[in-house]
Amino acid sequence: MEITLAGAAVRRKDARSKVTGTAVYTDDGRTPQMLTAKIVTSTCAHGLIRHTDISRAAALKGVCAVLTGADATMLCGPLLADRPPLAQGKVRYFGEPVALVIAESDAAAAQAALLVEVEYEPIRPVFTPSEALRPGAPLLHETLGAYKKVVDEIYPEPGTNVCDRIRLIKGDAQKALLSCHTVIDAYYTHPPTDHAALETRAAQARIDGDGVIHITTSTQAPHEVQKEIASLFGVDMGKVQVTAPFVGGAFGGKAGVDLEILAVLASRAVGGRPVRLANTREEDIATSPVGIGAEVYVRLGADNTGKFKALEMRVLLDTGAYTDMGPRMARAILADCTGPYNIEHVFCECVTVYTNHTYATSLRGFGHITSTFCIERTVDKLAASLRRDPAALRNINLIRPGDTAPTNFTVTESTLGNPEACLEGLKKLIRWEEGPIRQEGKFVYAKGLAMIWKTSSSPPDAGSSAVLLFNDDGSVTLQVACVEIGPAMRTTAAQICAAALGMDVQNVHVTMAVSTDAAPRHWKTVASMTTFLLGRAILSAVEDAKKQLRRLAALSMRCASEDLDVSGGRVSRRSDPAQYVEIKSICRGYKFQHGNTVGGRVIGRGSVTMQNLTTLDRHTGHGRAGPYWTVGAQAVEVQYDTTDHSYRLLRAATVLDAGKIINPEAAHAVVRGGMAMGLSQAGREGLEFDPSGRILDSSLRSYKVMHFSQTPEYLTQFVETPNVEGPFGARGIGEHGAIGMPAALANALSLAARVSLDELPVTPEKIWLIRSEKPL
Amino acid sequence: MIAYKEKTDLELRVNGQSRTVTVPPGELLLDTLRNRLGLTGAKPGCRNGDCGACTVLVDNSPVKSCLMLTVEVAGHDILTVEGLQSAPEQKAFIEQFAFQCGYCTSGFLMVCHALRTQHPNPPDHVIDAWLDSNICRCTSYAEIGKAVRSLLSGEIPKSDAQNKN
Repeated sequence: MEITLAGAAVRRKDARSKVTGTAVYTDDGRTPQMLTAKIVTSTCAHGLIRHTDISRAAALKGVCAVLTGADATMLCGPLLADRPPLAQGKVRYFGEPVALVIAESDAAAAQAALLVEVEYEPIRPVFTPSEALRPGAPLLHETLGAYKKVVDEIYPEPGTNVCDRIRLIKGDAQKALLSCHTVIDAYYTHPPTDHAALETRAAQARIDGDGVIHITTSTQAPHEVQKEIASLFGVDMGKVQVTAPFVGGAFGGKAGVDLEILAVLASRAVGGRPVRLANTREEDIATSPVGIGAEVYVRLGADNTGKFKALEMRVLLDTGAYTDMGPRMARAILADCTGPYNIEHVFCECVTVYTNHTYATSLRGFGHITSTFCIERTVDKLAASLRRDPAALRNINLIRPGDTAPTNFTVTESTLGNPEACLEGLKKLIRWEEGPIRQEGKFVYAKGLAMIWKTSSSPPDAGSSAVLLFNDDGSVTLQVACVEIGPAMRTTAAQICAAALGMDVQNVHVTMAVSTDAAPRHWKTVASMTTFLLGRAILSAVEDAKKQLRRLAALSMRCASEDLDVSGGRVSRRSDPAQYVEIKSICRGYKFQHGNTVGGRVIGRGSVTMQNLTTLDRHTGHGRAGPYWTVGAQAVEVQYDTTDHSYRLLRAATVLDAGKIINPEAAHAVVRGGMAMGLSQAGREGLEFDPSGRILDSSLRSYKVMHFSQTPEYLTQFVETPNVEGPFGARGIGEHGAIGMPAALANALSLAARVSLDELPVTPEKIWLIRSEKPL
Repeated sequence: MIAYKEKTDLELRVNGQSRTVTVPPGELLLDTLRNRLGLTGAKPGCRNGDCGACTVLVDNSPVKSCLMLTVEVAGHDILTVEGLQSAPEQKAFIEQFAFQCGYCTSGFLMVCHALRTQHPNPPDHVIDAWLDSNICRCTSYAEIGKAVRSLLSGEIPKSDAQNKN
């Protein structure tokens, strides 16, 4: 038998299903008796609902029910309960659900949705955080002070559009900036973007005769759905059963509770009958949450040697019409605001602001794409101003073990990793010594750099658990609740389990669908934290199982359990491995010769939470936002056409300190995928709105994500500085490929086009506009 | 010209088998495959012809099944991902990590399958033109490119058409 250790390539367990069309996603599980629900969305970005007439819709043949805000008087939200599932008296963004039609066919539902009449009295909308902060700006939430806080650490400011404000203070940045040799002042913007997962969000619900609510949904967080639905509908969590089948891409956009609420409302309205609800692409972009936008002011000061002395940063987050995860992203940005640099004096303020955009939720990078763009563009500007090599300037400023993190604790090699090794590795990978820029005819070839880091910024009590069942044949069934959203996480889970048990990964089984009934709670499949959190839970479950196996084997072998090892499907004597008992003969308890049996079935259990994390102090930002960082260095090389400002992406490179790579090929593929998404965001993506707040690009024809022929060559490498608390030393890598791509691309193109590109996305049109404003 | 006004009985040839369905004239091939024939490998991603997740082959050419009416395909050969019998594309996609979430995979497999049978040795610009019809949000596309190229016969032509922003 071949034992597959962590660090070896393993074929993903869902591979055959995914290439044969047999992998089942939420809406694939549609049955003929299911009713279809359809959302009626707001055509107005900000307004009072004067009148709603559902009579024509309700009278249509095949329509079972029509719901409005009056039928759902609840408020929801993960941090602040400010969002009605169906608008109540007021709409706050274009696309907001105002009614829900439930019908016997898709056609009847679609037709009835058109017959719901809603009359709005428009209110002046606000579309940028700075506009929303101006005195006299129209308020989105008049009753901001009355909303229930779901978590303690959120600080809305009633009478304004501020739903949260938090500051970080380290040293005295204001004073230190005064004595700096060079100070770069900059302003950056990043519009809201979309996750654009290929599977649009979908949910199904039914309520059985005993009141149990059954939900199947496209989610990253089945246990959060269970909790939120139980709380909103006033039932025990045990009466909510959530299944997450394969998820067709998520990227943070399916980590909240969104369509599930509407699906349950719909089923409740038709006596518990099964109802399905699936977003159209247009709804998925305009109605369901988007990626957060931002306006950022940065001042970075350095001494005459180029050493960063002080950073002042003011981040205005465009959380859209509702709070959702905005303030949590504010904390994530705050905690990592410097980038992986050691800066003595830091002031950072993050204000989360309501606007009349679609509300925002987590998106791969959790705010770090934006903050990295701002810091790394500023570092390049500083390098230009000081006439220093951008890589060398970064190198002398990197944070190193023993330095103090922005949130005021000392970093170690284990918690930080090795940013310097990443940067040096990157320089070799992209042949930095050849220089960042050269011209050949009408083309300029330029390279841009970015350093990245990110920690979890999870709730301090985020946890995970695992149950390990031994089957009669000695194989293992692993019950874990991470969702298979793409990066082969459930295969990795089996691999960690197999490696710790010394078993062949083929004999460790995981289902691909997750059910909250079967699998013990896992926080959410987010934050690049699944390998770490779940991996620890699995290791602890394996230890628990091994202890039980050794105890049973000791009986059989008449020795001390301390002298036994579990490996290769056997429990054997450490001093003489030829003496062993097979797991399959003891995993149901040990049976003596005459049939009498002791012990029982071996069930390993493990559960963990984050250790020693704290919420960040509201006034100083001090605290511990995550267990470790993943640091990295990234670069993009472009070919810029000086005649028409178009450009081609030639190469993109990433060197990441991954701690320990568990499945190498999968890890490279996940990082490359992240880089592609980051490049797509960098060069192409940004939601556009008309002056009345309607989204103009709510289809994949107009919201243009990267396509096959536009992708560059990818170079990826890993540094492995163990994170001593991670399984086998591993760090998370799920988001990191994306984080520095916009910064690196903007740096490359700013150099190539000799302009300062401070606004994402970086399009040829934008370069042309800036160049025509400022002739050379 | 045939005019369809009412629900119509049609005989479809899907994956080499004859299937009879009764469909309204406005029904999309995608919905017939998924809701009447249980072939959910073709996925809706946009219902607008933009993403390609619903791609199937009609007479061995890729068609976005959200852009075709079921009544249009009567008498033609339809191949869906469920009809691929150990096609080399499937193996290549697994080996090259050419999918993650898997939602776009059926569509890409069908495009690649038709590409190989129609152009056994396509130059890069042909590969680009064919594969630009679909969207993948998880991979970098490089993996899909490697999977396609691993099946080419003969020399790999030099790239002359690349991305232009």
